[in-house]
Amino acid sequence: MAKIIVTDRNGNEKHILADENSTLMEIIRDAGLDIEAACGGCCACATCHVYVDLEWIDKLNKMDDDEESMLDQAFSVKKNSRLSCQINFTKKIDGIRLVLAPE
Amino acid sequence: MLEKTDVVIIGAGPVGLFAVFELGLLNISAQLVDNLDKPGGQCAELYPDKPIYDIPSRVTISGQELTDDLLKQVEPFNPVYHLNQQVESISKTENGEWLVETSIKKKIQAKCIVIAAGAGSFVPRKPPIEGIEKFENQNVFYSIRNKSIFQEKRVLILGGGDSALDWTNELSKIAIISLMHRRKEFRAAPDSVSTMLELEKQRKVNFILGQIKNIEETTNNSIRVSYENENKIHDIEVDFLLPFFGLKMELGPIARWGLNLNNNLIKVDTEKFETSEPSIFAIGDINTYPGKLKLILSGFHEAALMAQECFKYCYPDKKNVFRYTTSSKELHKKLKV
Ligand SMILES: Cc1cc2nc3c(=O)[nH]c(=O)nc-3n(C[C@H](O)[C@H](O)[C@H](O)COP(=O)(O)OP(=O)(O)OC[C@H]3O[C@@H](n4cnc5c(N)ncnc54)[C@H](O)[C@@H]3O)c2cc1C
Ligand code: FES
Repeated sequence: MAKIIVTDRNGNEKHILADENSTLMEIIRDAGLDIEAACGGCCACATCHVYVDLEWIDKLNKMDDDEESMLDQAFSVKKNSRLSCQINFTKKIDGIRLVLAPE
Repeated sequence: MLEKTDVVIIGAGPVGLFAVFELGLLNISAQLVDNLDKPGGQCAELYPDKPIYDIPSRVTISGQELTDDLLKQVEPFNPVYHLNQQVESISKTENGEWLVETSIKKKIQAKCIVIAAGAGSFVPRKPPIEGIEKFENQNVFYSIRNKSIFQEKRVLILGGGDSALDWTNELSKIAIISLMHRRKEFRAAPDSVSTMLELEKQRKVNFILGQIKNIEETTNNSIRVSYENENKIHDIEVDFLLPFFGLKMELGPIARWGLNLNNNLIKVDTEKFETSEPSIFAIGDINTYPGKLKLILSGFHEAALMAQECFKYCYPDKKNVFRYTTSSKELHKKLKV
């Protein structure tokens, strides 16, 4: 089964089973990790902020203006910052590594 | 100053607004309190321009349109809006009514309280900097009440949205302004962006690319703000720091009112939507019950049933006769149609 690998805010690495009809945010949230995702995935809160492993970043769909603007309300934004609710999980990114951004 | 009404509604989001309508049909007067500077809750604050597709009979409607239409719909009932203030405490009066007190010391007395508080009050998103609290209201402000304190001072504004740009442009007339943002693109009104860029050209605004990392005290009541750009740390000394990173929702004082909570949501029954405290109701996103869906349409339904029960508290000796708005002459009179 496909999976994603997420490092939580305590530095622990979690392997989470992933299914294709979900966003990365939903997969992380439903696995019980501490991701606020206050707006439920509408690109309206920036509390699903993650850092994508540099090896994987180019395999993702490009960030649209909405997401880039919403990131303006996040802190410690880096080149590999993304809002995880804006990324659909597909087989292409099976095994992707993410780090939850600090709150 | 004490105001009196039948029902105080905490939260002027879509559900609080529609509650005014359902209560009004039953001759119950209402006053609303909201922390925001405008009614509409999440719809008006978070997604005014985004379309909603699941409001019955509205094929598509934006968050702001929904708010505007609700405001129009409740107009016949002349609700009173107390905006820009948070309900801080509630207490029982001697005659068994409720006394609600807000952050600007307004007091409202009512027979029932309806909590339509969504995910809580909208409050400013604060930069995650340790010890920032000790600078708040001295050097650090998240909103501006009195701009004259900035006269001739060094002010650093953070952010790239409308508030950041509007205040940059406005305060550049009286203060020494720097604007810091993580990129040189802004999600603000095009007009304010071009004004800001023009001011920068004229050297009336100093634009800094970067993200805040830390704040330190310096000797003369000013602060040193360090920031990161391209993996390098820099710093700037200023008198005031104004972070504008938008708003987020926080449950706030409601947690302290002794109501039965579950994961920051208020438990209610699904007949009356009453809380563990009689004559206090909770409707919309703030409540929880088996099968709850956080949808606007669910909130509307909850408002209608809540109003039926409020009637019993407001008119204990009267019988409530169920009528349709289409056919009831009496309701037409109330609706001024
Ligand atoms: C981006 C996005 C898209 C959405 N799309 C849909 C959709 O398509 N369909 C749908 O049905 N729903 C949608 N929703 C959800 C919908 O917006 C909410 O269900 C709805 O706003 C809930 O309304 P409410 O009145 O209960 O609370 P809110 O809209 O959250 O309003 C609560 C208000 O109470 C105020 N408040 C809280 N505590 C206090 C206090 N102590 N003192 C004073 N004021 C207080 C707050 O400031 C706020 O203004 C969406 C939400 C988001 C963020
Ligand atoms: S969950 Fe709110 S922006 Fe992703």
